[in-house]
Amino acid sequence: MRNKFAQCLTNMASENDKICLLYADIGNRLFDKLKAVAPERAINAGIAEANMATMASGMANLGMRPFIYTITPFTTARNFEQIKIDLAYADMPVVIVGTGSGLSYANLGPTHHSFEDIALMRVLPNMQVVCPADSLELEALMPQMLTVNHPTYLRIGKKNEPLNYEEVPDIQLGKAHVLKEGSSVLLLCTGTALHLGGKLHQALEEKGISAELTSMHTVKPLDTDYLQKLADFDVVVTLEEHSLIGGFGSAIGEWIIDHYSKPVNLLRCGIPDAFIDKVHDPDSARKRIGLTEAAILPKILAKLEG
Amino acid sequence: MSADVAETIAKIRQQLVAVSNQNKVPHLACSLSSVEILYTLYFKVMNIRPDEPDWAPRDRFLLGKGHAAAVLYSVLGYRGYYPPEQTMTLGQNDSAFEEHPGKHPPAGVENISGSLGHALGLATGMAKAAKITASPAHFYALVGDGELNEGTNWEAAMFAPAHQLDNLTVIVDFNKLQGTGRSCDIMQLEDMEAKWKAFGWQTARVNGHDVDALYHVLKSDYIEAGKPRAIIADTVKGGGVSFMEDDNNWHYRIPTEEEVESVAKELGLVN
Repeated sequence: MRNKFAQCLTNMASENDKICLLYADIGNRLFDKLKAVAPERAINAGIAEANMATMASGMANLGMRPFIYTITPFTTARNFEQIKIDLAYADMPVVIVGTGSGLSYANLGPTHHSFEDIALMRVLPNMQVVCPADSLELEALMPQMLTVNHPTYLRIGKKNEPLNYEEVPDIQLGKAHVLKEGSSVLLLCTGTALHLGGKLHQALEEKGISAELTSMHTVKPLDTDYLQKLADFDVVVTLEEHSLIGGFGSAIGEWIIDHYSKPVNLLRCGIPDAFIDKVHDPDSARKRIGLTEAAILPKILAKLEG
Repeated sequence: MSADVAETIAKIRQQLVAVSNQNKVPHLACSLSSVEILYTLYFKVMNIRPDEPDWAPRDRFLLGKGHAAAVLYSVLGYRGYYPPEQTMTLGQNDSAFEEHPGKHPPAGVENISGSLGHALGLATGMAKAAKITASPAHFYALVGDGELNEGTNWEAAMFAPAHQLDNLTVIVDFNKLQGTGRSCDIMQLEDMEAKWKAFGWQTARVNGHDVDALYHVLKSDYIEAGKPRAIIADTVKGGGVSFMEDDNNWHYRIPTEEEVESVAKELGLVN
C-alpha cells in the first residue's frame, strides 16, 4: 500500500501545487518520483514527528494541503497532543498517513505495532478516520482526501497486501461498500481485515450460510445509513487489525447502544488487550491472537446457534 | 523612547493589571514581561493591516506561552484591531478573549495557544510554506524560557536552519522564572544565546524592555540571508510594576483593588 500511496501522491502533487509531503526520515527510495516532480514539496521533517505535525498545521494555515507520513505509532501516538491541538482543534486539512498499521510490522516488535491508532484518532473532534483494505481501495480514496476540509487519518499497510478487487473499486469516502450481498451473517470489515472477511465469507457460503461482505473503509464518520440494516442479520461480525478497545468494533457497538433500538447479535473480532512480544511475522502474530479464519469461524457458528 | 510610546505601554500594563483584578485572571506577571516585545512587533516592525486582519501577505505573530494571552489581546486592542476596552472581557463566559487563545479568537490572533511548545513549530511550518509559495511574509514566534523545556522547540530549531528559513524569527522572553521556580535551576537554559547559535541561528541578546533596542535587532535589514533569527530578550517577570518584579507569586496571584490603584499611580496614569 505504501508504494501505491507514493504513486497516487506523486500524481496528485503534479497536478496540484498546494499538495506537499512531510515525512519523518523513512521511505528510502519511496518518494524519488515525488522528489523529481516537486522537489520543494517533498520535505524530510527529520525524526521529529511532533514538530512534523505542528509544521503541517502551519503549512495548511497558509493554504497548503500537507500529508504527513511515517510508521503508524510515531505519527499517531508519539505526536498525539500536536495532532489534537494543531490539526484537530485547529481543524486543518492535513492528512495523517500511518504506514505499517496493525500487525504489518509484526516482526519489529511492540514498538512498531499499532493497535491503538484508530482509538486515538477517532476520539478527536473534526478528525476523519479512513482505513483502506488494499492498494486498490487506497487508489480510489486518495483523490477524495482533497474533498475533505478537515484533518483525516489515513491508516495504510506496508506492502504486498492481498487484493480484494480485480480493479479499482467504485467506492466513496464515508460510504460502506458491499462486496458480496447476503442475508444471515454480516462481515463488517475495516482495513486489511477485509481479506480475512473474504475468507470467512467463502467458508460460510461453503457451509450454505448466506453472508454479506462489507468494507467499512471509513470508520469516522460511520455510514449510519448502511448500519440501519444491522438487525436484519442473524449475526454481525466486526473485523479489524486493532485493539478491541476503542477501535472499529467499539465504534459499531457504541453506535448500536446510542442510536439503534433493535437488538443486534454482535461478534467483535480484533486484537485482545495485551502486547504481542517475542518474534512473530504478521501471520504468526495473527494466529497467536486468533485473528484467523480458523479461530473466528467457530465463533460465528456458535453465535448462529446460540 | 518617545512620550507617546511610553504612554501606550503604560496603558497596556495598566489594562493587564486591571483585567486580572476585574475578572480574576492569573498569569499577570507572564504578560508583563512581554509588553515591550509585543509593542515593538505590532507598532514598529510587522507588516500588518489592523483594519484588514486577514490580508494575505501580512507578517504573522505566533504566541507561545499562551497563558500570556492578555498582553497579546491588549496590544492588538491598542493597535486598532478592535476597541481596547474589549480586552476587559478576558476570561468571561462566551468571550472570544479566552485565557488561552482558542479556535475563534479576536481579530489579529493567529494561533491557538495554551499548550507549550507549539508556536515555534507553527511558525516554522508557515515559514516553510511561504518559501514554497514565494510569500513575502515574515513569521515571529514568542516563546518563554520555561516553554523551552518542551523538546518540540528544539525539533523546530534544528529544522529551520536546515531549510534556510530566514523569514522566521523566534523571540525568547527570558524572564528567568517559570511556574514554580527559577528557570535556570529547573533546566539548564544558559548559555541561551550560544544554544541557538549552535543550532545554526543568527542571534542577538537585548534588553527585552527596551523598545529601541528591540526595534534595532528586529527590523528587517538586520537579517542574515539563509538563517533564521533568535532574539534573546532579557526581561523581568512582572516587569514594569515595582512590587511584582521578579516575584514569582504573581504567576498566579490576582491583584487587589488597592494594588490596581497603586499601579496606575506608579505608571503615571493618575495623580
